[in-house]
Order: sequence, then structure tokens, then C-alpha cells
Amino acid sequence: MKLICSGFGGQGALTIGKFLAKAGMAEGKEVSWLPSYGPEMRGGTANVSTIITETPIASPLVTYPDILVALNQPSVDKFGQDIKKGGLLIANSDMCPNELKRDDIDIIYAPMTKIANEIGSIKVLNMVAIGIVIGKTNLVKYETLENDLTAFLAKKNPQLLEANLIAIKKGMALAK
Amino acid sequence: MAEKVLMKGNEASAEAALRAGCRLYFAYPITPQSELIEYMAKMMPKVNGTFVQSESEVAAINMVYGAAGCGKRVMTSSSSPGISLKMEGISYLAGANLPAVIVNVQRGGPGLGDIQPAQGDYFQATKGGGHGDYRLIVLAPSTVQEFADMTELAFDLADKYCNPVMILSDGLLGQMMEPVEFKPHKTAEELAKLDKQHFDWCIHPNEDEPNHHHHEINSLEIDPLVLEQHVIKLGQKFDKITANEQRHEEYNISDENEVLVVSFGTAARIAKSAIDELKEEGISVGMIRPMTVWPYPYDAISNRITDKIKKVVVMELNLGQMIEDVKLAVNGRKSVEFLGKVGGILFTPAEAKAKIMENI
Repeated sequence: MKLICSGFGGQGALTIGKFLAKAGMAEGKEVSWLPSYGPEMRGGTANVSTIITETPIASPLVTYPDILVALNQPSVDKFGQDIKKGGLLIANSDMCPNELKRDDIDIIYAPMTKIANEIGSIKVLNMVAIGIVIGKTNLVKYETLENDLTAFLAKKNPQLLEANLIAIKKGMALAK
Repeated sequence: MAEKVLMKGNEASAEAALRAGCRLYFAYPITPQSELIEYMAKMMPKVNGTFVQSESEVAAINMVYGAAGCGKRVMTSSSSPGISLKMEGISYLAGANLPAVIVNVQRGGPGLGDIQPAQGDYFQATKGGGHGDYRLIVLAPSTVQEFADMTELAFDLADKYCNPVMILSDGLLGQMMEPVEFKPHKTAEELAKLDKQHFDWCIHPNEDEPNHHHHEINSLEIDPLVLEQHVIKLGQKFDKITANEQRHEEYNISDENEVLVVSFGTAARIAKSAIDELKEEGISVGMIRPMTVWPYPYDAISNRITDKIKKVVVMELNLGQMIEDVKLAVNGRKSVEFLGKVGGILFTPAEAKAKIMENI
């Protein structure tokens, strides 16, 4: 499965790819994570190519994703047409006002900003997106993500851990 | 083996260096290599090593010269423009028979260029760059795991031959994360043994050792007859390295191959994607991936030039540099075609596939 996760710098798009790749690795899959880096245009997008597969990964660069996670409008504009036929767009409807017009892919628009604010932290916006990804595709298991996040946050910030897990579950519920 | 961790190539190289016993690291930051220096800044104090962010690349390579002269495992790293600045020091290291590891996380050039992945420093790394009759052992990783493994290998080869070793990486391998497994840290006994192997030449061997005495480390030999003998000896060492240390990977190599691809590092990863797709379509393409670009695996390529091979296709992220070595290996038996991209731009698997199909 090849993903592009994209959004404004600070929205956590790169982190979506990282947590999914880590979970994929924990489940014994081959993974790669290749960020865009360098002088990104202000107001533009930061994005990451993430691959999670059963077979060794040759090129880590994703040109035509199976899944695009778009946290803002420029991400939809930049990559929306590149999604593979039969693929999936997951977009943040709070920041993507112009809907992508394609009938050959699955499209999920969800108010991620609003949901994150309701949970109590805008920081967990990207976890809502992760929830939608795994709810829709079974790319990795929820338990794997929970274990990893727990190891990472349980001592450092238990409140944020709780918010993250709620966000993933809300995302999963949305995808069903 | 140990647990797998997800890490950037730059960080994995730094971690592997620490585990290989590197306790001295001097460098100056530059994108896309900066995670390496950042990792060293954070971790070197934890192993009681010395980290210096030098005032320039020139200062860093000369600190490396000093540390190497003391017989210690030492490393520096940079990206293309910074590596150019180190070239004088690298020639001095080679001239003085000093072991050291230099990592080049290549970016687009020439000049300041840009900060995206490229392979335009192949000539500089393999054909000189610094002055004089010297050779660098040059390792070209293609995955994050290999970046880590080759860092350890670089220290071993540097020690074995008392010669500087370069790791020719690039911005993609430096920035991307992949799972990587590390070997355990060297023990105190192993580290002591590493030091000891240099006692017969290093500047100030351990005074507790019997028969210790100081040595002079120098690359200046003003008497031509003395320099002549010195350079002849260097040449004999380079011959030995050439005979012993060629490394390459064979990918999808078989007697059915219609095209032979030769590619290294990041470019080879993209080539593999194209080869995999063609395999599914019933077209047999093999690849030789040089893992040492000096010494160059000429024989490995030469041996695969079978009657069935129609053409050889070289793929690089430059205007065509390694292709000259491939042509030497092929020696006119087949035509050698080229696919390259410059400016820090990658060719796509589709472009690689199209190039192969043109030549079937």
C-alpha cells in the first residue's frame, strides 16, 4: 500500500506516515518513509511518501498513491488527480472547501479540525486521519498503534495519550 | 539480531559509527546531512566521546587528520559543497596513510546547487577530487540498513588498509526512514584492541605498552627519491585493495537477461522497481549494483556481458559519470546507453522502464 500524507507544516502530516510505518514494521511488514524536505513554499504543503507492503521496497518515492491523506486544500490540488484508480482520498473537510471531482476512487471528507477541537487538542487532528485510514483499509491494527503510542506517551503525557487514542477511535468510527 | 527501529539514514549512520567504536567526530552542518551531526551532538557525550562542531569543513577535516594520527576511530560528514572543502585534507590523510571515515550525503550541484538527492559527486569521490596519486575506498549504500552496515565496514576497511574511506550516500538515503537493525556496541576490550592495532605507527602509543615510542605523521617528503618510494608503496596498497575489496549486488541476474542495467545507490532502487515490473510482463532484465564504486567491480560487469544481452543501460542521478567505468568493463562488446536526471530530481520507475524498452 502506497500513501501520500500531506498538509501545512505543523498539521502532523509527516507524523501520520511515521506512526503508520512504525506500526507496519511492528507487524513484520516492509516499510519506508520519505519526506519532502527543503524550502517548501509558505502556505504550501509538507508531504511524505509512505509504503507498507509484504515485499521488499525498491523505490521509496510514491508518484501514484493508493491512499492520499490531505489535511488542507493545496494537498488535494497537488495530489488528488494522482490517486490510483480504485484508490482512496481522505480529506479534512474543514480545510478543503473545493471537493475533488472523481468517481473512480473512494472519497471520505471528514471535519478533522472540528473533531480534534472537540476532543480537546488540535494536536490530535492527524490521529483522526490515521483512524480513518485503518478503519477503512485495515492497513495496520489499532492495537499496534495503541501499543506504540502508549510506550511513547504513557509517562510523558498521559492526557495527550488518551486524546490520541480517542481521536483514532473516532476516525475509525467515521470510516465504517 | 537486535530489534528493528525506524530511523533516518543520517541517524542510522551516526548510530552505527558509535557502535563501531567511533569516539571522535568533527563536522559542520549542511542540509541534507544535518541529522547526522545533530545525532552525534546528542549521543557522543553519552559514550564519553568528543564531538566538535567546527568553524568550517576545512577545520573539521584537519581535526580528523589529527585524531586519525593518534590511531583513533574518527569520522566527519558533510554534503557535496562541504565535501569539496574537505578535499585538501582528504589528500593529506591518504598521503599520510591515515584511516578515517568521511560521509558524503550528496545533493544537487555543481556549486551550491540545491539540497535534493543527486549523484553528481561520483567523479570527485572515485577519481580524485584532492590532488596527487591517491585512492579513496568508496562505499555506495542503497538502503538505510546498508548505510548503517557500510558505516561499520568503512571503519574496518580504513583500519585494515590505513586509508580514508568515503561513504557516498545522498539526500534521499539521508532523509528517508526505514527499519534498521544494529550490531551491539563494541566492548571495552574490543575498543582497546582497535587502538592497539595502530601502535606500530600512530603518533603517541599507550605509554603502558612495552617498547612504545613516538612516530612522525607526515605527507611531506621533499626528497624525490624518498617520495617516489612512498608513492610506489601507496600504489601497492591500492592494488591490494582493488584485488580484495570489490563488492556488488546482483539483482534478477540470469542467462535469460536481455538487458543489463548498471546503477548504484538511490538510482538503483528506482531501477529495481522498473526491473520488477518488467519481470511481471515476462521481460528479463538483470542489474549489477556496485556497492564499492572504488574499487570498481569491473569483472562482475564484464562477466555478465553474455551473447543474449542486447544492450547495457546505465542509470544515474547525474549527466553520466559512472557510465565511463561501465564502458571500461564492457570494453566495446555492447553499446552502453544512459538514463540520467540532474538538479536533484529523481527519474521515475516508468522512465526507467521506458529506457529499458527502447533498448530491447
